[in-house]
Amino acid sequence: MANPIEQFTIRPLVEINLGGLDATFTNASAFMLLTVATVTLFLSLSMRGRALVPGRWQSMAELSYEFIAGLLRDNVGTEGRRFFPFVFTLFMFILFANMLGLMPYGFTITSHIIVTFVLAIVVFIGVTAVGIMRHGLKFFSYFVPSGVPAAVLPLMIPIEIISYLSRPISLSVRLFANMTAGHIMMKVFAGFVIPLGIFGGWAPLGVDVLLVGFEFLVAFLQAYVFTVLTCLYLHDAIHLH
Amino acid sequence: MRVLNKALISGLVGTTTYLTAAVAMAADGGLPQLDVSTYSSQVVWLVISFVALYALMSTVALPRIGEVLEERQNKIDDNLAKAEDLKAQAEAAASAYEQSLASARSQAADAIREVKEKASTEAHNRQAKLTAQLSESIKQAESSINKAKLEALSGIKAVAVDVATAAVSKLINEPANENAVSSAVSTALKSRT
Repeated sequence: MANPIEQFTIRPLVEINLGGLDATFTNASAFMLLTVATVTLFLSLSMRGRALVPGRWQSMAELSYEFIAGLLRDNVGTEGRRFFPFVFTLFMFILFANMLGLMPYGFTITSHIIVTFVLAIVVFIGVTAVGIMRHGLKFFSYFVPSGVPAAVLPLMIPIEIISYLSRPISLSVRLFANMTAGHIMMKVFAGFVIPLGIFGGWAPLGVDVLLVGFEFLVAFLQAYVFTVLTCLYLHDAIHLH
Repeated sequence: MRVLNKALISGLVGTTTYLTAAVAMAADGGLPQLDVSTYSSQVVWLVISFVALYALMSTVALPRIGEVLEERQNKIDDNLAKAEDLKAQAEAAASAYEQSLASARSQAADAIREVKEKASTEAHNRQAKLTAQLSESIKQAESSINKAKLEALSGIKAVAVDVATAAVSKLINEPANENAVSSAVSTALKSRT
């Protein structure tokens, strides 16, 4: 009997130990490298022609470029140009990780909280560093909301700080929970197909067909949401509201 | 009915066994995501792959796409500029054509007017000349007529005197006084004219 959470199991493939640090090559590591390889191959192969009038593949590559560039321009402004490679890498990595997880026998690296948390904390620390480098100590005025009577400031400032600190948590949990829940749902319905027999099995199969389509939407949407929120945080750090 | 019942029962049994097995396995191992022992290897490989992807994107993939897009934009701008240039040229040519057309038209109108004026003055001159000639010849004709008339009149007087003398001679049967006849004829002619 298939266990709906068995798909998240991490299996060691090659034991590696870096001076006491466990760096075992696992199925998750394999899918991370596969993600990198797929993104790179997609972009380099489709741009190989360098055609003036793009074909289908080149259009897709250019579309992803212009999509992220537009996102950054709309949400951060022209100062966001510097962060384009990072934001683009972030989006493509999460998108392709989510998509590869939907392939049969695939492993979803973004369904692991530690992975999404590391991504979120990198964004959080990076954005905070950008804010402090740009504004110095003035950056902390971000936690003092303007136009608020002085009497409520002792209440508002801690709330602002907590909401700022909870950003990496909400960012990482959103992606992790969406991926995990979707994959568990699909596995649960798939698990019903055989036990319900030749008559009843069609209903969960039909649901699963719909769920697969829905999960592709979620895979794109969550990559998009992660990227948009990163852009908004960058905007806050650069413009201080 | 029996087949349906059987299918329903087997479905229920299957579901129950599946759910109990699933719950048991889940409770047994817990979520693999919460297994802290896998974290260090995951973080190491995530950092490796993300940095690799970042390096590949920022040094190879993105500059290439950017170049292609920029090239296209340049080409488009270039072609637009060229088109604008050609349009300006075409407009200049059109205005030059218009101008030459207008000047040709005015020249033609001038020429026509000149010719018309010339023709009308010539016609005028000729008419005047002709009128003068005509009036001249009319005058000559009149004078010659007058002359002829006078001649004729003077001839008439001699004839009339002759006739009258002959008639008077015949009437009185002796030669008439020619002077008296002549003066009588003159008086008679004068009263006539």
